[in-house]
Amino acid sequence: MKSMEVARLTDEAELKQFMTRLLERSPAQETEVTVTEDDSALTRFANNGIHQNVAERDATVRVRVVKDGKTGVASINQMSEAAAADVLKRAVAIADLQPRSEVVPMPGPSAAKPVDAWSDATAAATPEDRADFVETVCARAGRAGLKAFGAYSTSAGQFAIANSLGVFHHQRSTQASVNSVVMGDAGSGYADRGAIDVRELDKNQLADEVIDKAQRNQNAQPVEPGIYEVVLEEYAVAEMLEFMSFIGFGALAVQEERSFMRLGERITGEQVNIFDDGLDRTGIPAAFDFEGVPKQRVELITNGVASGLVYDMQTAAKEGRQSTGHGLPAPNTEGPFAVNLFMKPGSVAKADLASDIKRGIWVTRFWYVRVVHPKLSIITGMTREGTFLIENGKITRPVKDLRFTQSILEALNGTLALTRSTKLQVSEYLGAARVPAVRLKAFDFTS
Amino acid sequence: MKDLAEAALNAAQVKGASYADVRLDEHVTQDIIVKNGQLAAVSDDASEGFGVRVIVDGAWGFAGSARLDNTEVQQVVDRAIRIARASARVRSTPVDLGPPVTSRGKYRTPLERDPFTVPLTEKVDLLLRADAAMGSVKGVTIREGSMEFIRQAKLFASTEGALVEQELFESGAGIEATATSPDDVQNRSYPNSFGRHQGSGGYEYITALELDRHGQRIAEEAVALLTAPQCPSGVKTLILDASQTALQIHESCGHPTELDRVFGMEAAYAGTSFMTPEKLNHLQYGSRNVTITADALTPTGLGTFGWDDEGIPAQRTFLIKDGLFVGYLTSRETASVLGQQSNGTMRADGWNRIPLIRMTNVNLEPGDSSLEQMIAETRDGVYMETNRSWSIDDRRLNFQFGTQLAYEIIDGKRGRMLKNATYAGITPEFWNSCDAVAGRTEWRVWGLANCGKGQPPQVAHVAHGAAPARFQHVKVGILK
Repeated sequence: MKSMEVARLTDEAELKQFMTRLLERSPAQETEVTVTEDDSALTRFANNGIHQNVAERDATVRVRVVKDGKTGVASINQMSEAAAADVLKRAVAIADLQPRSEVVPMPGPSAAKPVDAWSDATAAATPEDRADFVETVCARAGRAGLKAFGAYSTSAGQFAIANSLGVFHHQRSTQASVNSVVMGDAGSGYADRGAIDVRELDKNQLADEVIDKAQRNQNAQPVEPGIYEVVLEEYAVAEMLEFMSFIGFGALAVQEERSFMRLGERITGEQVNIFDDGLDRTGIPAAFDFEGVPKQRVELITNGVASGLVYDMQTAAKEGRQSTGHGLPAPNTEGPFAVNLFMKPGSVAKADLASDIKRGIWVTRFWYVRVVHPKLSIITGMTREGTFLIENGKITRPVKDLRFTQSILEALNGTLALTRSTKLQVSEYLGAARVPAVRLKAFDFTS
Repeated sequence: MKDLAEAALNAAQVKGASYADVRLDEHVTQDIIVKNGQLAAVSDDASEGFGVRVIVDGAWGFAGSARLDNTEVQQVVDRAIRIARASARVRSTPVDLGPPVTSRGKYRTPLERDPFTVPLTEKVDLLLRADAAMGSVKGVTIREGSMEFIRQAKLFASTEGALVEQELFESGAGIEATATSPDDVQNRSYPNSFGRHQGSGGYEYITALELDRHGQRIAEEAVALLTAPQCPSGVKTLILDASQTALQIHESCGHPTELDRVFGMEAAYAGTSFMTPEKLNHLQYGSRNVTITADALTPTGLGTFGWDDEGIPAQRTFLIKDGLFVGYLTSRETASVLGQQSNGTMRADGWNRIPLIRMTNVNLEPGDSSLEQMIAETRDGVYMETNRSWSIDDRRLNFQFGTQLAYEIIDGKRGRMLKNATYAGITPEFWNSCDAVAGRTEWRVWGLANCGKGQPPQVAHVAHGAAPARFQHVKVGILK
């Protein structure tokens, strides 16, 4: 059957004309327009059956104008000429009605290295494809006497930005992701996958991992809270990196004196190397940011030393330097964000990561992580769906989930090993992180 | 709008849906941010579209689109039907919605002053005055104030004959002062944290906050916190201000009483619940001081409306009565599993999402104490105010919260200011240790506009009526 699900996106040339016409009719000194189009679908399952199954098509036209030293921003989710006129008029009206204030500069034109973030297969994924995948996971869980829960999504979209200084960038991208929790009567397991190309999501491999984890995580018993040596699987490591980005890798956090980053100082163990690279296709690549600046690779932590920050136009202007291409959509008071994170792998096989641990905890993933103290990089959260006791180099039994309250820098300061393999973790919010699993000397479980 | 809805419902029925509903939704949001004496952002965002939800062969399908024309309606209905048929291939039990719902009518948020008619300059001036008040305090490094106004016009219609139209307004605002030192960062905000305090209503809601009167106080507190002693660790009496009590209700009562969580429908994301059906009418969730209602009729609540997104009328129900667990937040589908009828909590965050069970206004009913009395009766305790961090496990049992500000309480008197205050506990143990709740005069409705749930993610705007409350034998001071 020919799919009717192939993503319907506006042709690039047509999109450019639409944006150019909008820029031409603007009365402001400077104007920026962005268009985001998305066609996405998500199949959700619980108790071995599909219980929610949705799809949507949406588009957003966002206009930023700078007029007489005043900025106005407006958006609308319609792509007609009338809508374009309306959104421009509203942005200008906002600018006209306000006092003069600091203006975030717009970038001039510069070439962005194209990235390949598109898969025809993902864009053409159908409800039947998603149901087939889910059916396999549910059937295999059912045969094992377990219940599967999760969500499987496919999306295709495009983002374009143009401004009156001559910038025009356009990128199409696709994404496919699946997560699953499998439960038994007395415990559960977790696995997820994310990719640009839906064909990289292997339903049997996912089922193998999540069912194995669920079977091993039955009848967990409590373990005394305290400081343990730990193995953090990639799920947990990626979340830790995401929080580092959230509270500390952006230049604004440093300029406002609320970041843990102390440039030039050693802040973690020497084995730790973290960078941001929007052009690396082993992540979820992006050629340019939401201000129209091409992405640059930024070394954030090099051999344990805080070595760089990400910048947007505003924070770069404040220091008289160039943006690194990490700006968010206007208006933005949160500053730049690193959203294409990588942690350099080590040399250890994952199976050997716990081999020298006398007594420790194996953590599959974190849950409900929140910042307790940003400058000290202290976070709290729970472990979830696969917490195990390690004794004499081996996982011996599942333990009840634990709450941790821990400084990320202090934890990484005790980095003992990193795996040579890495896993791509697609963020729940924006971007992705490719990380190894790690072994850390000390991690504080508080209850 | 009605023609489009009718066309969608007709098409769905013709194409084989045993049930269909359609929601048309138009959202306008205005956000204003003032930062460090400058107008940092003004944005005006509009979104409109429609979503069609169908049941075919006993299974759900949903599709939505921003394009509002008849050709698109047919395509969206086709897509929803095809999705439902795919769902039916892997369904566990057929959907049963219980008795039909045939609500009809119109509802508009009561308001005195439409916030979209208030000049931008008036709004910005108020934020700048509050900013200046914060800026008058030496040592404050970041000052921020914000406002948000939302107008939502929505229409719900179903093949059962329901047709309701609503026009909902929200207004919100808040200010925050941050003080930093080389190794510390402390912040204080008013009236609540995480951006703003928000309610259903008009600009009168903003005026009543008197933001400019509180700027200097919170700035002074932020600076003082830098040199305040760390909250000590120990097991103590804990008194929470009303806003932190509201968040405690949200995380440890609101979420676990969502019946979709109980049935595993959120298991792979937000988690499940310890409040399983066999505990209904048996679990002593809290002390006799604890009565919690879900009340979609509460004035100014963010969970206040005419009908939910399944056409169920707004209503007040008990979740916890004198400490006993007596009710859930339900939808048509989940209520029918328990042989009940929905109590009207299904809401979507826009046209492009399906409705989920969401808190309405989940309120801790007022008690007969007062903050002053609670402090006077406490020998060794900590008073905590305004949330700074929050975390709870996936079954909603093991929690840890931190607040911006705390004071020690010794022998019935408020003592030193404390920083980095945290407390932790297990939900039923904690609520059973509640020995006092302040009365109606200190009871207030707190809006939370950042409640995440669902895949794809949705953000709900909910509220909690709460007053200061006291808890015994609580572990405080996790940070040493």
